[in-house]
Amino acid sequence: MISFSPTEEQKMIVNTVNQFATDVMRKKYRECDEAGQVPADVINAAWELGLVISCIPEEHGGAGWDHSALTGSLLAEELAWGDLSMAMHILSPSLAILPIVEAGTAEQKRKYLPQLCGAKFSAATAAFIEPRYNFDPTEFGTTAKKSGGYTLNGEKCYVPLAADAGFMLVYAVEGGSNQCFIIDKGTKGLEIGEREKNMGIKALATYELTLKNCKIPAENRLGGSAGCDCKRLSNLSRVALAAMAVGVARSSFEFSRDYAKERYAFGEPIAARQAIAFMLADMAIEVDAARLLNWEAAWKLDKKEDATREACLAKMYADNMAMLVTDYGVQVMGGHGYVRDNPVELWFRNGRGFTAFTGMAIV
Amino acid sequence: MIDFELSTEDKAKVEEAHNIAQTLFRPVSRYYDEHEHEEPQELIDTMWNLRGKGFLTGLGVAGALMVEELCWGDAGLYLASPGPGLGGAAVFAAGTQEQWGRFLARFNQGKPKWGAMAMTEPGAGSDTSAIQATAARDGDYWVLNGEKIFVTMGHRALDLSEGIIVVWATVDKSAGRAGMKSFVVEAGTPGMKVEKLEKKLGIKASDTVTVTFNDCRIPFNNILGKAEVKTKTEGFKGAMATFDVTRPLVAAQALGVTRAALDMLKDELDKQGIKIRYDVPRSKQTAIERDFMEMEANWRAAHLLVMRAMWQLQGGTPNALEASMAKAKAGRAATLITQRAVELMGPLGYSRKLLFEKFMRDAKINDIFEGTGQINTLVVARRVLDYTRDQLK
Repeated sequence: MISFSPTEEQKMIVNTVNQFATDVMRKKYRECDEAGQVPADVINAAWELGLVISCIPEEHGGAGWDHSALTGSLLAEELAWGDLSMAMHILSPSLAILPIVEAGTAEQKRKYLPQLCGAKFSAATAAFIEPRYNFDPTEFGTTAKKSGGYTLNGEKCYVPLAADAGFMLVYAVEGGSNQCFIIDKGTKGLEIGEREKNMGIKALATYELTLKNCKIPAENRLGGSAGCDCKRLSNLSRVALAAMAVGVARSSFEFSRDYAKERYAFGEPIAARQAIAFMLADMAIEVDAARLLNWEAAWKLDKKEDATREACLAKMYADNMAMLVTDYGVQVMGGHGYVRDNPVELWFRNGRGFTAFTGMAIV
Repeated sequence: MIDFELSTEDKAKVEEAHNIAQTLFRPVSRYYDEHEHEEPQELIDTMWNLRGKGFLTGLGVAGALMVEELCWGDAGLYLASPGPGLGGAAVFAAGTQEQWGRFLARFNQGKPKWGAMAMTEPGAGSDTSAIQATAARDGDYWVLNGEKIFVTMGHRALDLSEGIIVVWATVDKSAGRAGMKSFVVEAGTPGMKVEKLEKKLGIKASDTVTVTFNDCRIPFNNILGKAEVKTKTEGFKGAMATFDVTRPLVAAQALGVTRAALDMLKDELDKQGIKIRYDVPRSKQTAIERDFMEMEANWRAAHLLVMRAMWQLQGGTPNALEASMAKAKAGRAATLITQRAVELMGPLGYSRKLLFEKFMRDAKINDIFEGTGQINTLVVARRVLDYTRDQLK
């Protein structure tokens, strides 16, 4: 039966996360962006919500909930509405958790999942993007060659929290197919570079890294001999990022809408003029349009069907939408949108990033 | 629970609609585009018989999806299909049970009939409050006077069948919007006359006419809603509720034409061995792939907005904002996508051998009737800003 109404449980999660975003994230996003870091108390407060370990089976220390990309999308939108850098930081362990829960061997689950179920946040991540303009997630440049264990070579970038992660997943081509490998911290040949400097997501620590003849044991291939379905993992990531794009865009829409009602020009609020009001209407329509496309893709992923087309369309649409809407947010506010006293320039910088972001979040 | 799966029963209905569109509409699509004002009699009879068996008699999500399918076949022929149409929707939304019986029962019996709605006037389009047509009380009657233009299916409703027309008129010009009421006039009522059959850019199989009213007397209880002129906008708001139904339905028409263009484009690309690779990065996409994906995503986004508005409607949730969002998005998407399809197909797109140019002409009306894209955007803007029409003109 067609329905656009989240379950009671999903509504509860959205409310909880929205409360956190309002009370904690929205109070600190600017200082985090300027300082280039997310304070530990924010991370730990988020950790206590139990968002990222809920899908880990109880035997490995989690809550044992069924994973749902749709529920994940709902919470990712709310977190990103609070702040994108913090959202990506808070959710980064999922980059390791979800692929292992979905595709890992019993041994991999037993070894790695409990490491992330402590009382405090522990970093884990995944290396997906590669530093070139024509990076193609269907055909990684990073390679893994089998020779007893595996030898990995290649370059990655935009790896969240790479310096702190106890272990990470690395996506690479192996024997003609895309696969995923688990690399422990300190493995020889894994060289983590300088922290990256980007236009946006400044509070999130991301890194370039190089794999130089990095040797790992055979049992570190995700899913063992069966491997993993990288296409599905990519699609889960597309849905997560598209949800975040919706969250960022929604922040900008709401803020500039409220501003436009208070800012007077020519004797009336600027929102009383169609030139501004129509931009705001378009923003509202486009945010909803992108959200619905993404819900449909997530819903299809939850049915365990191939959702490549839906997820790619949803991601592409959300990328473009986030650019348009966050740009409009600045435009509606004019000079006041350009200064860092107001948040819309930050959302504009963050919103612009989605066309580059792939594989940086997963829900 | 968020769910995008139709029930088995609804799925079958939508499939049936698609089948009708493919076998009954599409084969004669070009013919009736090139023979404007010729009656597609066989199609009319078939659609009337189907209606008698309950086809497309319900609203809601499945109803909108069926409309989309039929318009995938041919948007003009969908409008030409007999049934209560927009007039019926107005009676259904604002009428009493007694009125449903008196005006709607005819659409389930006898010969094919149509329903029409008359709102636009030479001097009143988007600004419906500027309507000049009058309804004057005379004992047990209303006396209508005025001129209505752009009445979709007025010719078939009033000249070719025993149909109905819903007419918007003011009972008190000094009361502004509050004086605006809608009235049902039955075909054959003296004083009502169909004057002019328009020649149009597209949807040529449908008829569009001018209807004049000269001391046209109708029974007092042909008024939809209350006769009293009460609070400032109460009556007008009641009448506007019709749009909550009709806007997503017209948006569904837009979606059908749009998908027809997308499907045909995909077929033509297939013939050239071009497949859309959804998951390659932008740097590797061809211009056609990029265009196609943007077109498809825009169509699907509009489709989902329409489904949401209809889902709200069938659940009794207020949907005025979402109905206008759906209409604004679908109208614009239809215009852009069908034009892009013509562009991408080059000489094949512009030629009347294929249907691309027809889809483009048929699509355009969807950004105009039942509220232009601009009017729907204005409605959305007022709602998201929580502004009255005085605060945002």
